[in-house]
Amino acid sequence: MSIWEYANPVKFIRTTDRVLPWISAGAAICLVVGLVWGFFFTPDDYRQGSTVKIFYIHVPAAMMAINAWAMMLVASLIWIIRRHHVSALAARAAAPVGATFTVIALATGAFWGQPMWGTWWAWDPRLTSFLVLFLFYLGYMALWSAIENDDTAADLTSILCLVGSVFAILSRYAVLFWNQGLHQGASLSLDKEENVADVFWYPALVCIAGFVLLFIALVFLRTQTEIRARRMRALIARERQA
Amino acid sequence: MMPELGKYAFAVLASYGVSLGLLAVLVLASVARARRMRADLERVEDRSKRHG
Repeated sequence: MSIWEYANPVKFIRTTDRVLPWISAGAAICLVVGLVWGFFFTPDDYRQGSTVKIFYIHVPAAMMAINAWAMMLVASLIWIIRRHHVSALAARAAAPVGATFTVIALATGAFWGQPMWGTWWAWDPRLTSFLVLFLFYLGYMALWSAIENDDTAADLTSILCLVGSVFAILSRYAVLFWNQGLHQGASLSLDKEENVADVFWYPALVCIAGFVLLFIALVFLRTQTEIRARRMRALIARERQA
Repeated sequence: MMPELGKYAFAVLASYGVSLGLLAVLVLASVARARRMRADLERVEDRSKRHG
């Protein structure tokens, strides 16, 4: 069995229909458990007070905002190289989900920044690159909607996705590249240093799992919708020609 | 039951409120569009089968 079998729209819909209820249930359980645990059963931070509770939403949302673009990049490359329609439609389906996560990361960052930094917003490298990433999400969605021919839209949005990837990478590593600004370094990293105490880290891990599962569930559901929309457009076009 | 949020109550509650609201809108809009599209496609497929 090859992964490319899932490039067949019928096979994709049949397989995702089977796993979607399980992934959705997993997302709901992880989000409820993680957020209730983080909000009600964790202590305040000795420096940041109760604002540390924003961590359980801000970090998973920011992480998934970047990873959603990375997934779109992979799907776009598959479209460019192998011309599988399902991959182009999956990239299209992921964009509104990634854009919503980006807004959540920006909004919670502003609510967190005001009491901690004394400002809602600063033209800090990480914040600015995140804002530009959000604008790329908007541009990507607008480009899909603006072009009638599906293949042309997939081609042009794939190129836009490649360009936007620079800002997805920048928004992750801006703090390291410029070593300035208000935003702290990465909370999540593979270095051996402990960045977050365990008492905050475990509920955050559950929330991250919830955001990842929610993203997968929404992308599956929205890709199915895009596949059906494409088929419907093809049928209507055929009717008009007859 | 409600934790003591002190002077940061607005920041914390607004963060949770905005985020959960946006997630709810995203999920509901995705499910509603999926249902609508499934029904529309069935209608168009039936019509094209009838007309050969």
